[in-house]
Amino acid sequence: MSAVTGRVVGASGRRFGAEAVRIEGLRKSFGELEVLKGIDLVVHEHEVVCLIGASGSGKSTLLRCVNLLEPIDAGRVVVEGEEITARGTNVDRIRRRIGIVFQAYNLFPHMSVLANITLAPRKVLKLPGKQAEREARDLLERFGLAEKADQYPDRLSGGQQQRVAIVRALAMKPDLLLLDEITSALDPELVAEVLDVIRGLAEQGMTMIIATHEMGFARDIADRVCFLDQGQLLEEGPPADIFGNPQQARTRQFLDRVISAGRMGGGASGGGGASGG
Amino acid sequence: MPSGSRRSRLLGGSDTGSRGVLVSVISTLLFLVLVGFLIVNSPGWDEFQSFFFDPEVFASSWPKIVRAFWINIQMFLVAEVFVLIFGLLLALMRSLPGPVFTPIRGLAIVYVDVMRGLPAILVVYILGFGMPGLGIEGMPTDEFFWGTLSLVLLYSAYVSEVYRAGINSVHPSQEAAARSLGLSRFGALRYVVVPQAVRRVIPPLLNDFIGLQKDTALVGLLGLVEAFRRADMEAAPAFNFTPYVVTALLFLALTIPLSRFVDWLVVRDQRRQLAGAR
Repeated sequence: MSAVTGRVVGASGRRFGAEAVRIEGLRKSFGELEVLKGIDLVVHEHEVVCLIGASGSGKSTLLRCVNLLEPIDAGRVVVEGEEITARGTNVDRIRRRIGIVFQAYNLFPHMSVLANITLAPRKVLKLPGKQAEREARDLLERFGLAEKADQYPDRLSGGQQQRVAIVRALAMKPDLLLLDEITSALDPELVAEVLDVIRGLAEQGMTMIIATHEMGFARDIADRVCFLDQGQLLEEGPPADIFGNPQQARTRQFLDRVISAGRMGGGASGGGGASGG
Repeated sequence: MPSGSRRSRLLGGSDTGSRGVLVSVISTLLFLVLVGFLIVNSPGWDEFQSFFFDPEVFASSWPKIVRAFWINIQMFLVAEVFVLIFGLLLALMRSLPGPVFTPIRGLAIVYVDVMRGLPAILVVYILGFGMPGLGIEGMPTDEFFWGTLSLVLLYSAYVSEVYRAGINSVHPSQEAAARSLGLSRFGALRYVVVPQAVRRVIPPLLNDFIGLQKDTALVGLLGLVEAFRRADMEAAPAFNFTPYVVTALLFLALTIPLSRFVDWLVVRDQRRQLAGAR
């Protein structure tokens, strides 16, 4: 394994580590509808992979399968050398190492921000309450949310709620972070604050798989962009290739539609480009 | 009437203001005076009054019935604690996922169907007279025990349905969020789903408690001298219904404040939702 370390260098210039996630032949159906039709994908440590594609192309389902929130029908998922889709795997143990942030934040409304963040560290990692709280406050401080610690989620803006959800996932010190269209439910002016957080995480070397509609953001941040179309991984490569010179007709079609809808957000304009780095 | 007052309280404000309050107070007083006048002057009022509201009988039976009513209070206080626990257990049994738990789910469903389908008085009779009648050694013969147990068994069925509605009303994404953090299914239920469910079902839960409090009177049929039974004993020799009225007043003194409290909770929640809607 050590031979791999530091060998690959991504579009961002980050050095990758060992294989973090390997997905092979992943299939998933909901009733008659096959949502994922045999996906193969390998993600390395410190790599940022963006999944793009139309709604219903299978991006979210793929993320939920990696986290075992959806049982898969065929194929396998290997995380850090361990096949997590094998029978008898302790799913709770796997999920501790994989954080996920959802489109709708899914904060616990009956708990303060601090309680939201410390719940899993206290109950799952069995950290002492004091320590969990100190770590949570440190994280909140880092993401500019220190004064929100004792508030309830419904008192926060959408952008703040989503940042709290990210902090909640980070409090478990995950090796891998899955982001499921985390800005899709936000008002446009709140998108940038959330994307900036993700940019910061990427710079610190967090391994991430990001399903997103923010093409400008994907182009800026991704080491690799994967285009999903009707449950298949149709094309993947560095952002410059995918956005600049897509090989597949379907990819070109999709990008043309996105550009004409003004969602490309290139450079200075649009939410994705704000304070790029 | 309630929806009207709720509405006015919801909208409540400077428009109607103190003038509105004054008008409603005056109209209510006038209405009560008129009704009172009509009742007191209707034929048969004197007989009615001495039969149901005899001051002497009232004075002599009041202390005894109040003392007996303490037993009703003990019964429902004990019963409510166990109903809350057993009801939740039933609800959780019924929401267990997967084919393995089919028998447990089935058991919970049958139990709830049976207990909700039976007249309360039958359960009280069957357990209260039947079980001690078996003469098994070590079996309690205490009416308080069997009466309270009957109420626990009956009302747990109703309350489990209330809990279940609450659990179902918590969006599945909440459980997904909890599980994704590494919490077990049980942990997700305990820390995330059930606390939210319970908060939502407090009003219907209290409604069931009002029913439970009233039904403690059924245990008097087993011979336990609680308020209703004591009233019975006071009323029969005097051939006067005043002791029953005393008992009725005692029950109302408990249940009406609780009803008002439930109403207040519902209104408060509605107002919060209105305020929360952005």
